[in-house]
Amino acid sequence: MLTKRIIPCLDIKNGRTVKGINFVDLRDAGDPVELAEIYAREGADELVFLDISATEERRKTLADLVYHVAEKVNIPFTVGGGISSIEDVDILLKNGADKVSINSSAVKRPDLINELVAKFGSQCIVVAIDAKQIEENWKVHLVGGKVPTETDLFEWAKEVEERGAGEILFTSMDHDGTKNGFANQALAKLSSELNIPIIASGGAGAVSHFTDTFIDGKADAALAASIFHFKEIEIKQLKEELKKDGIPIRL
Amino acid sequence: MRCEIINPICEIGAIRVNAKKLERHKVKIVIIDYGAGNIQSIKFAIRRLGYDAVLSDKVEEIQNADKVIFPGVGEASSAMQKLRVSGLDKLVPELRQPVLGICLGMQLMCNSSEEGNTDGLGIFDLDVVRFPNTVKVPQIGWNQIEDLKSDLFKEVQDKSYIYLVHSFYAPKGENTIAVSEYALPYSAALQKNNFYGTQFHPEKSGMVGERILQNFLDLA
Repeated sequence: MLTKRIIPCLDIKNGRTVKGINFVDLRDAGDPVELAEIYAREGADELVFLDISATEERRKTLADLVYHVAEKVNIPFTVGGGISSIEDVDILLKNGADKVSINSSAVKRPDLINELVAKFGSQCIVVAIDAKQIEENWKVHLVGGKVPTETDLFEWAKEVEERGAGEILFTSMDHDGTKNGFANQALAKLSSELNIPIIASGGAGAVSHFTDTFIDGKADAALAASIFHFKEIEIKQLKEELKKDGIPIRL
Repeated sequence: MRCEIINPICEIGAIRVNAKKLERHKVKIVIIDYGAGNIQSIKFAIRRLGYDAVLSDKVEEIQNADKVIFPGVGEASSAMQKLRVSGLDKLVPELRQPVLGICLGMQLMCNSSEEGNTDGLGIFDLDVVRFPNTVKVPQIGWNQIEDLKSDLFKEVQDKSYIYLVHSFYAPKGENTIAVSEYALPYSAALQKNNFYGTQFHPEKSGMVGERILQNFLDLA
């Protein structure tokens, strides 16, 4: 049986791991390659590296990081952050990334999704969507959730699927950093309206939040950062608890 | 990047300390390079086991290898087209040494694929088709393998978890050596004579995957 995935996310700035609370305050949580190896050993099913550097050398720094992670880690990983062209993706995949995730660049130019899918295949193209509930409507946000758009989350997600993306990584800006649980209503709606896997992100604070997002949110995978980095929840223990709750999990 | 030296350890000290490792460096492993897929991960996984692999699209180099790995991610018909252009479509089915097709590589070793309606290499008498829409497509993540046959799964437990990412599958058939289930039971691995194929990515399947790769490299 296909299992639900637990995905630690490592935010990367200039080759180091950081995690922002509500994407603002950054705290250093160590060397990404070392952290990746630890997570793989502890039973993480996949890893996501999200690059938030803004330097001119970022492309090379990220490619180097991807190379060193691929060298050491025997589980799949996705790389995202600032990817906006076929060349960006090509470099990352050649250095050993399994998947890439694109976000703002896809909203600005949706054809990018089709172009990447045609060149590299659906299986390695993840589209990340940051959204926030404004009154009753979920609106897509850009630039790490800072810039609101008029685009509706569900319409955009449907378009992303039709354009061939293999997977959607949905972050609720309302839940991110709160540790009060994932945006399960929106997640369940995404999961029932689309036929590609959905990764839940934003709001993990307790084991029960993961159980809820897999059952109520119908998520295929759940991503979290700080609770893993600061060992508030150990991955191994989390997975054992989920198994007890009847969630299909790889132990 | 294409022409790496197979045996970089030639210092005397290293030989003494690392006799076993040196043996491993003598094994000629070629990963067929036809511009498809994440080849770097396979290279790294082989290196973690203490071996070296070279990427090659040269007929002679592939023919002379001890072990051949036939990778592939992406779209089936364009991958077949690339094989045809380089003549590798004729070479692969004639290889005599152990050959391991991974993911799309395995699918291309079948008769045909529904993806882009293409002919395959015809090694396994199976037609690759798309998963039904009763499940999410692609299947992404860790699933289990069972009904394990063949030395490829030596010391691998039934129901071990492996990592897969695919939209198309090979049905069960007489060459099936491992079964996985997603919407229905299908071939997670195939074998016919010296030809092996895994739908899953052993290079990304943790310790289980490393064991399977090691088993492949141990094949006579």
